[in-house]
Amino acid sequence: MNDMRIVRKDVDMNDTKISAKGVQVFYGDTHAIKDVDVEIRDKTVTAFIGPSGCGKSTFLRCLNRMNDTIDICRVEGNILLDGEDIYDKRVDPVQLRAKVGMVFQRPNPFPKSIYDNIAYGPRIHGLAKNKADLDEIVEKALRRGAIWDEVKDRLDAPGTGLSGGQQQRLCIARAVATEPEVLLMDEPCSALDPIATLQVEELIDELRENFSVVIVTHSMQQAARVSQKTAFFHLGNLVEYGDTEQIFTNPQDERTESYITGRIG
Amino acid sequence: MSDAMNNPANSLLVQDARTAKRNAAEKRFRFFGIAAIATGLVFLVILLTAIFSNGTGAFQQTFLTVPVHLDETKLDKAGNRDIEDIKKVSTFGYNPLIQQAVFDMVQAQGIETPFTKRGDMKALISASAAAQLRDEVIANPDLIGQTIEFRVLATSRVDGYLKGRVTRESVERDKNIDAEHFDLVDGLRDAGIVKKSFNWDFITGADASESRPEQAGMGVAMVGSFFMMLVVLLCALPIGVAASIYLEEFAPQNRWTDLIEVNISNLAAVPSIVFGILGLAVFIQFAHLPQSAPLVGGLVLTLMTLPTIIISTRASLKAVPPSIRDAALGVGASKMQSVFHHVLPLAMPGILTGTIIGLAQALGETAPLLLIGMVGYIASDMPDGFLGGFLDPNSAMPAQIYEWAKRADPAYYERAWGGIIILLMFLMTMNIIAVILRRRFERRW
Ligand SMILES: Nc1ncnc2c1ncn2[C@@H]1O[C@H](COP(=O)(O)OP(=O)(O)O)[C@@H](O)[C@H]1O
Ligand SMILES: [Mg+2]
Repeated sequence: MNDMRIVRKDVDMNDTKISAKGVQVFYGDTHAIKDVDVEIRDKTVTAFIGPSGCGKSTFLRCLNRMNDTIDICRVEGNILLDGEDIYDKRVDPVQLRAKVGMVFQRPNPFPKSIYDNIAYGPRIHGLAKNKADLDEIVEKALRRGAIWDEVKDRLDAPGTGLSGGQQQRLCIARAVATEPEVLLMDEPCSALDPIATLQVEELIDELRENFSVVIVTHSMQQAARVSQKTAFFHLGNLVEYGDTEQIFTNPQDERTESYITGRIG
Repeated sequence: MSDAMNNPANSLLVQDARTAKRNAAEKRFRFFGIAAIATGLVFLVILLTAIFSNGTGAFQQTFLTVPVHLDETKLDKAGNRDIEDIKKVSTFGYNPLIQQAVFDMVQAQGIETPFTKRGDMKALISASAAAQLRDEVIANPDLIGQTIEFRVLATSRVDGYLKGRVTRESVERDKNIDAEHFDLVDGLRDAGIVKKSFNWDFITGADASESRPEQAGMGVAMVGSFFMMLVVLLCALPIGVAASIYLEEFAPQNRWTDLIEVNISNLAAVPSIVFGILGLAVFIQFAHLPQSAPLVGGLVLTLMTLPTIIISTRASLKAVPPSIRDAALGVGASKMQSVFHHVLPLAMPGILTGTIIGLAQALGETAPLLLIGMVGYIASDMPDGFLGGFLDPNSAMPAQIYEWAKRADPAYYERAWGGIIILLMFLMTMNIIAVILRRRFERRW
């Protein structure tokens, strides 16, 4: 827990990017998220921690309306992105997801070339005017994904042929290629070995300069290492939310304390 | 350790009762498995042997190769090679020429025979031979006046005699041919005049009348089947794939879609004759499409094939990992983009395999064709052009086989088996294409 390998950078983190108020989520009759309020800041890494099944992924998926794809899922309450309600009838979830990118638990590159993996998003959003533009976007995204040096000679090779850690960084690069404002990550390291995990964590810290990052993790050490803000979920409730250092050193709620000291989880 | 050695109950070197029982059960199961496969193989071998031993004969046909003199005074009296005049000479004008040629050959070879007139040769020569010669002359009028080597089609009795199907005893009460004719055939065979050779006409030709099995071929029925398959492919593939994509990717999960789903599965089990009567009622009696037309046959078979295609397409769409859909939605693709850019290409091998299997089923289907008049139609003419391929009355391969098997002459029985060989070849080709397509598409990582 004292393993703070990543040097904290000074970034402006005072603006609220996402503000959720009274969010309730139901899967049919299951009440998965119970009245959650949270303010997520810009240019900040926010970690969601909590025992498995407590609703971290569910809440994360509310932030870019990925839950819309689940028929039985119902979301109530308000979630504002830059002051606009993303569940407003006029909002097209596809447009929203271009602004709020997502990285999933298991690396899921498309079964296409590395180049096409990155280029797909910019292509469908019309971000590149010509091939040279697109090449530039791909290179920039791969550099931001900290994987450029490893793949620059084999952009035509299949993305699925990379190692697990490389695949996950490719997926991160794919997510940043569409220039989102928020990046959601659902346990991005759970399928990775410790070295790959470290690389991804370093990457997340760099991404903070440009994006607001929300990361779900079941590893408290990881939350402590990469995040500035931490939210602790338990049985669908947001139990405690605050500065990461405060949560880990001086938790206010006894459930938080039991969890970080390993008594529940 | 020595303990275990001394006490056999604990030793790994001795099987305990439970293990022995388990191993025996496994051995029994393996034996049953092998026995089941062996039984299947035996039946397959019996089937294939039966088909090939009965059917290969149809690919061989007996011909008499003789020089025929195309007498100008008979075929073109005016002598000006006017094609209209030449066409006026019917097969009756050609028959004597062929009979004369065969008779002359018999004389030249010095074969001993009680027959003294050229008319006696009629029993050897197929009634179709004159028609074939006439076609050749009309196609090339310059032949008139010349003597050409012509392959005269022998009657099915002579063909059967060479193949061992017809014997001297079996023709005792036959009024068309006698044992003496076979003596003559023996002589001609020894002289190398009568020979069996590969029968292209069986593959490319048209069906013939009941009395001329030696001329009958599958070609026209094959064309009929081809146009039906074209209709099935063009209708069933887009409709089936669109329906599956909608049901699998877009439709909400509710009672209606459940109902549709159950009905599609049930549709796959509906007897094909039901589709036939539906086709009769809807396409012919209501929509007034022509009877016996491959278009109607294709539409009926489309109805039959749709459930197969829908079920296999949905299965292959389901098999695409959801993470791919998430990935596409996650970078801001719309539902439709995620389906068409990512899911569909990955499901393609399965869809194609399902489609080809559906087509293969449709190709071999006979029952629904009964009701729309394609079974029993004598497919004796090639359809007229591409459109005619869809609308002109025609038969289909399995219907043709059924038709032949029904006819009295054993020569047709042989042709029915031969037709089955052709049909199986088509099915095998389609299956091989399915396998190749599958491999080709799956190689994309
Ligand atoms: N697609 C779904 N359908 C029904 N229930 C779900 C679904 N996804 C999650 N849940 C339920 O919602 C609760 C929260 O799940 P989740 O958000 O995945 O938890 P976490 O990510 O914290 O482990 C669990 O009780 C889970 O069973
Ligand atoms: Mg989760």
